[in-house]
Amino acid sequence: MTLRKYLVLAGITVFSPAGDALLARGMKEIGGISLHNFHSLLFAILDPWVAGGIVLLLTFFASYMSALSWADLTYVLPATSLGYVLVALIAHFGFHEAISPTRWLGIALITAGVGFVAAGPSVTPLHQQPLHRDVISQEAEL
Amino acid sequence: MKDAQAWLAIGLITLAATTGDVLLAHSMKRVGDVHELLKRRGLLAVIGRVLMTPTFFLGLIAMGVAFYSLLFGLSWGNLSLVVPASASLTFVANAVAARIFLHERVGRRRWIAALLVAGGVILMAA
Repeated sequence: MTLRKYLVLAGITVFSPAGDALLARGMKEIGGISLHNFHSLLFAILDPWVAGGIVLLLTFFASYMSALSWADLTYVLPATSLGYVLVALIAHFGFHEAISPTRWLGIALITAGVGFVAAGPSVTPLHQQPLHRDVISQEAEL
Repeated sequence: MKDAQAWLAIGLITLAATTGDVLLAHSMKRVGDVHELLKRRGLLAVIGRVLMTPTFFLGLIAMGVAFYSLLFGLSWGNLSLVVPASASLTFVANAVAARIFLHERVGRRRWIAALLVAGGVILMAA
């Protein structure tokens, strides 16, 4: 694991809740969508909040795919679950929402889970060769 | 009846999201380390390789199914039931599926991590 890879994991953690938050903010401005104003869903992407949210979620997806290329799924998912904690902390310190003792316990459990998996190996031996390994070994021969 | 429908949606979300995660992880494992590939071949080669793997598209479709199941679930059940229940079930289902289909070695450390996170997600919604 290099610093760059930790940054990608941090990116997954941050971009997903940030994107969701922007989407939620934008959709609240647009208001409830029902069958008779269904077309407003099409114009929703023109709203700056929604557009910003989509950009962040696309960045999240690219980081997620990148992480899956060099780490196990069972490593990436728990390692990036601090996003749930992040949302609660933003709600608490940013919007002054109250956090109940049960939620603090939930935050503690998630944080412990992240610590558990992050201290272990990020990838376990593979049963299949990646496609571009052949190309690299060919280059090495040249 | 509404409860049964909400739990049906939760089951669908968990199934589709787990299928999607496993397929996407499978496709990226086939592509290999994208940082390495990016350095050697550039961005276009990375995108080309990703698009060449069929499991990538199947994974995207499964993720789409999960998203729409979530929308349906939200129309039947409470936000505070559907989202945490499906998220924490997906964490555990992914650990099982990754072990069976991706041959990842899910040791005790990863099981504990998946269960802690799944439990934490439920408590956060309580």
